[in-house]
Amino acid sequence: MEVKFNVRRYDPESTDAVSHFQEYQMDMDDSSTVLDGLIRIREEVDGTLSLRCSCRSAICGSCAVKVNGEAGLACNTKIIDVLSEDGNTVTVEPAGNLPVIKDLVVDFQPFWEKIRAVEPWLQPEGEEPETEYLAPDEDMLHLAGVVSCILCGACVSDCTVMEVDSNFLGPAALAKSYRFVGDPRDDSAQQRFKTLNEDGGVWDCTRCMKCVEVCPKGVAPMDRIMALREQVMEAGYTNTNGARHAFEFSNSVKHSGWLDEKKLVVKSFGIFNIKAMIGLIPLAIRSQRAGKVPPIFHKNIPGVENVRRIFEKVETKK
Amino acid sequence: MRYAFYPGCVSRGACPELYSATIEVCKILDIELDEEALKGASCTGAGVLQEKNLRLGDTLNARTFAMAEKSGNPLMTICSTCQGVMSQANERLLADPEYLASINEDLTEEGLEYKGTADPKHLLWIIAEDLGMDFLESKIVNKLNGLKLAPFYGCYIVRPTKALGFAENPGRKQALEMVIESVGGEVVDFPGKTLCCGFPILTINPKNSVNMVANHTIDAKDRGADAMVTPCPLCHLNLDGYQPNAASARKREIDLPIIHLPQLLGLALGISPEAMRLNKHIVSTKKLLSELVISP
Repeated sequence: MEVKFNVRRYDPESTDAVSHFQEYQMDMDDSSTVLDGLIRIREEVDGTLSLRCSCRSAICGSCAVKVNGEAGLACNTKIIDVLSEDGNTVTVEPAGNLPVIKDLVVDFQPFWEKIRAVEPWLQPEGEEPETEYLAPDEDMLHLAGVVSCILCGACVSDCTVMEVDSNFLGPAALAKSYRFVGDPRDDSAQQRFKTLNEDGGVWDCTRCMKCVEVCPKGVAPMDRIMALREQVMEAGYTNTNGARHAFEFSNSVKHSGWLDEKKLVVKSFGIFNIKAMIGLIPLAIRSQRAGKVPPIFHKNIPGVENVRRIFEKVETKK
Repeated sequence: MRYAFYPGCVSRGACPELYSATIEVCKILDIELDEEALKGASCTGAGVLQEKNLRLGDTLNARTFAMAEKSGNPLMTICSTCQGVMSQANERLLADPEYLASINEDLTEEGLEYKGTADPKHLLWIIAEDLGMDFLESKIVNKLNGLKLAPFYGCYIVRPTKALGFAENPGRKQALEMVIESVGGEVVDFPGKTLCCGFPILTINPKNSVNMVANHTIDAKDRGADAMVTPCPLCHLNLDGYQPNAASARKREIDLPIIHLPQLLGLALGISPEAMRLNKHIVSTKKLLSELVISP
């Protein structure tokens, strides 16, 4: 099949180093992957095209790029599955949220710094055992998903928070942290929770699910971040807007069946947070003027006692 | 067609204009709304409750599905977030009969049982799939000639694609663009249309949240959009309510009205802007409406 590859190029050493698209027309097999195409372009058409790849089997994690705007491994993306409807085109760009070195090659330094920041090694306490540290299978099974991470950076590439905030630890590092928090051989969970609770930690995730969608290995980083939030709160770190928001949200649904938006906003910031309360005044005035305000009295839904009963029952089960 | 209407919290709270616009639009599109069937249904949990206790969220949503089943009508929502949370809950409930049975145990006291037939659908999907674009076009009295509209989906109606049934219904990926074109608008495509509006971290990290509002609204505006259309009231709240903050953060004017999907439909279906409370937005729609060129 005839395929038009639309590849984003950038060469910092060229005289006019501006990022631009270059088209390559290739005849590809129906079974070819995007990586097959890129390698053929480099070998047969244009030796100046730079890309990273190694195993070609979705194991090494080297070839994460953006295909049609969404991150994934070039080696396990079949061209036929991503061709545009109109002109048999596929667009390939470097992974996002990382500095581009050249063409499709990005600098992973910021990625590794974040991974390192969550101290991805076991930190046991107490006396060293005579033989190896043993971990029962049943305690390790829930980590099977996260240990599948191949550190390809697809989740980081498309993270909507990292796009606006380079301070965010990000989905890869946070999923990695979950892996060590959940390991029965690790004894530093309390210290890890403290870090995770800080700015740039678990609370900054927007729950947009981009990382879950683009991860080629089913790691589901966002789900791990959500699990960490719960553990952080259970460990006693409840003095954050995030924890207050989660608590008040649940409280509101439990008592009235639905959300009391006014109360949720005020309680998330903390009612004694004078600065935040003052900050809300302009929005309150704007909303009031536009008539965009929730009802003054928040009424319970009919049959709210059934919702409360479910809360009681299910919360006890937990 | 008749639907059990699930309005969600926000259309009964901070976005009353969404509720009224929906009611008006459905009258014209022959969508009969049963507003009673789900009056006692709870919030979906919006993903927040699910963070704390997934089973709790699934039980509450199973309860809502059981109520819809009891009414004998399919469930209609008007919120991307409700859609996503319900689709995900439904996927888990249907994947494991034992899990569903144990969830149902907690519903019996109320005389409810979820049999697994609910198929929660956003108004956007109902238009694209149940009614069809031809039907929509047959009802249009005002073609919104060339109005430049940027679509903004909201995360939960585009991800995760598996729970949302994108493979079975590929049209869902482009449904908003299809509606924009059907009403005579011109789609202003931009990469942010399926990204996060920032609402979920509004109280947690206001700076990041406002930056997201700024990025999306400015990008759409600079690509020539007259307005942005969204099927998600949470996205609306942030993109509209915090646009003044985004403008001052970036020290520039943005002035991009954020229109709810039913309000856009209503304009084309001949409903007055006042009836859809288009005058009740933070970013004024006055200029947009005065410059609107409509034709039969």
